Amino acid sequence: MNSFFKYFSDIFHGVKSLLIGMSVTGRYFFSPGQIVTQQYPENRKNLQMFERFKGEVIMLHDGNNQHRCNGCGICENNCPNGSIEVIPAKITGEDGKSKRVIDKHIYHLGMCTFCGLCVKNCPSNALGFGQEFEHAVFDRSKLTKVLNQPGSSIIKGVE
Amino acid sequence: MKEIINLPVSNIEEEEYHINMGPQHPSTHGVLRLLVSLQGEMVRSLKPHCGYIHRGIEKMCEKDTYPQVIHLTDRIDYLSAHINNHAVCLLVEKALEVDVPERVRYIRTIMDELARIQSHQLWWSSFGMDLGGLTCFFYGLRDREMILDIWEETTGSRFLQSYNCPGGVMQDIHPNFQKKVHAFLKTFKKKIKDYDRILSGNVIFENRSQGVGILSKEDAISYGVTGPSGRGSGWSCDVRKTEPYSMYGKVQFNEVLRYECDTYSRYMVRMQEMHESMNIIEQLIDNIPEGEHSAKMKAVIKLPAGEYFQRVESARGELGLFVVSDGNKTPYRMKFRTPSFSNLSVLDHISRGMKIADLVAIGASLDLVIPDIDR
Ligand code: SF4
Ligand code: SF4
Repeated sequence: MNSFFKYFSDIFHGVKSLLIGMSVTGRYFFSPGQIVTQQYPENRKNLQMFERFKGEVIMLHDGNNQHRCNGCGICENNCPNGSIEVIPAKITGEDGKSKRVIDKHIYHLGMCTFCGLCVKNCPSNALGFGQEFEHAVFDRSKLTKVLNQPGSSIIKGVE
Repeated sequence: MKEIINLPVSNIEEEEYHINMGPQHPSTHGVLRLLVSLQGEMVRSLKPHCGYIHRGIEKMCEKDTYPQVIHLTDRIDYLSAHINNHAVCLLVEKALEVDVPERVRYIRTIMDELARIQSHQLWWSSFGMDLGGLTCFFYGLRDREMILDIWEETTGSRFLQSYNCPGGVMQDIHPNFQKKVHAFLKTFKKKIKDYDRILSGNVIFENRSQGVGILSKEDAISYGVTGPSGRGSGWSCDVRKTEPYSMYGKVQFNEVLRYECDTYSRYMVRMQEMHESMNIIEQLIDNIPEGEHSAKMKAVIKLPAGEYFQRVESARGELGLFVVSDGNKTPYRMKFRTPSFSNLSVLDHISRGMKIADLVAIGASLDLVIPDIDR
């Protein structure tokens, strides 16, 4: 007799638990509340990333195409996977002394792990993180970038 | 072919056959290959074959300086990235006898607990999915998104944050951080009730998990099954309680223990732990002291020659970090004792005699992360 009742109470509890679960899914089906899914890429135009978002490493340039990098190479030493190559050049300044400037600041986006050590350790805060995240390209060589813009120079007084 | 023919007949049991589960099986959540020996539907034994995602992280660490090691530890157990980073930082700070600011301890502890919650959320999602409840997957990921947003705002990354650094954290917390964490706690407290209503009380789920995969306390200890899986067998092994680090000595929380020793009990431990983690965050979030977000460290960090060990409680169990230093700026040897590796070793033992479908439930209840096994 006991097992007879247990049989039916098990069925009852089973159905009840399923109905409880379905009441949850049903509630979300009819009143989803806040919709969290973002319609990417349709919302691409007004997509706003967080300001600290690490999309890629960039060199900060001001309006006059000037940056703060003096080619010291500290970022290259701090990078754990060799994503940065600093190629300095020597120029002769106005006072006649030769000084070191950056020739090419090469950045391999494909190897970067976004650890942030280069940005953190740059003594003159020349680097930052950019917001761009659509990095897919057809050719791997396109992932190697020169960060100092063509024709750019160092801001006076930073050296 | 020849070898098979030459096998003595007595070695081949009647109706025994082998199947490969993985390395591309959806329920192994990564590239884990289980060579399962079956008799009918029953598991006779299984052999895990590891190494599909072995990247040689321990060896790579030997060429990296201590701040650089951090970004590799993210990638061991990606779901407890903060906690892994924390272990390295604690070890370096212990070796150099650096006193980190109080603020850093608060931030690290909150981040660790957020990591634990989101890891358990993802585990819950995939547990449901493995047992056929796809709804769980959507609900779990929906709620996890809030934590990822909090992280993205403060650390800049959603998944592999590399946020801790020896001496402190990389950046101070974002001004919105506290507000958003409060909003998350408020929302998730309501949502976690849905989790119980959908899965914990579900008759199908109960029948598939209760009494399945019994792991006794003795076995848990001898196999070294730590974390929620070990606590589901009644073994009190929470490093946060036994060797408190950061703020864990000062906050009130319970170590969740259950004694049924089956899959359901391991499941319930994790569900309870989410409540405990929220409890810990609530105690800390409003009291973060003002101050620096990092202690002053030398530009080049060199550990004095010697051996160091540090353990932390990651979302899967005890993470041990052993470093031998010869006084250079890079470690001479770095060894990780990862929780998933030990937890995997018990899988053969507890799934013998179970059905092949139960193997999926047991595997899910151990919450294995494959890069954590292979590193
Ligand atoms: S970016 Fe900064 S660290 Fe790198 S070379 Fe330029 S100044 Fe030095
Ligand atoms: S973010 Fe890290 S990996 Fe990337 S370039 Fe900078 S130091 Fe190298």
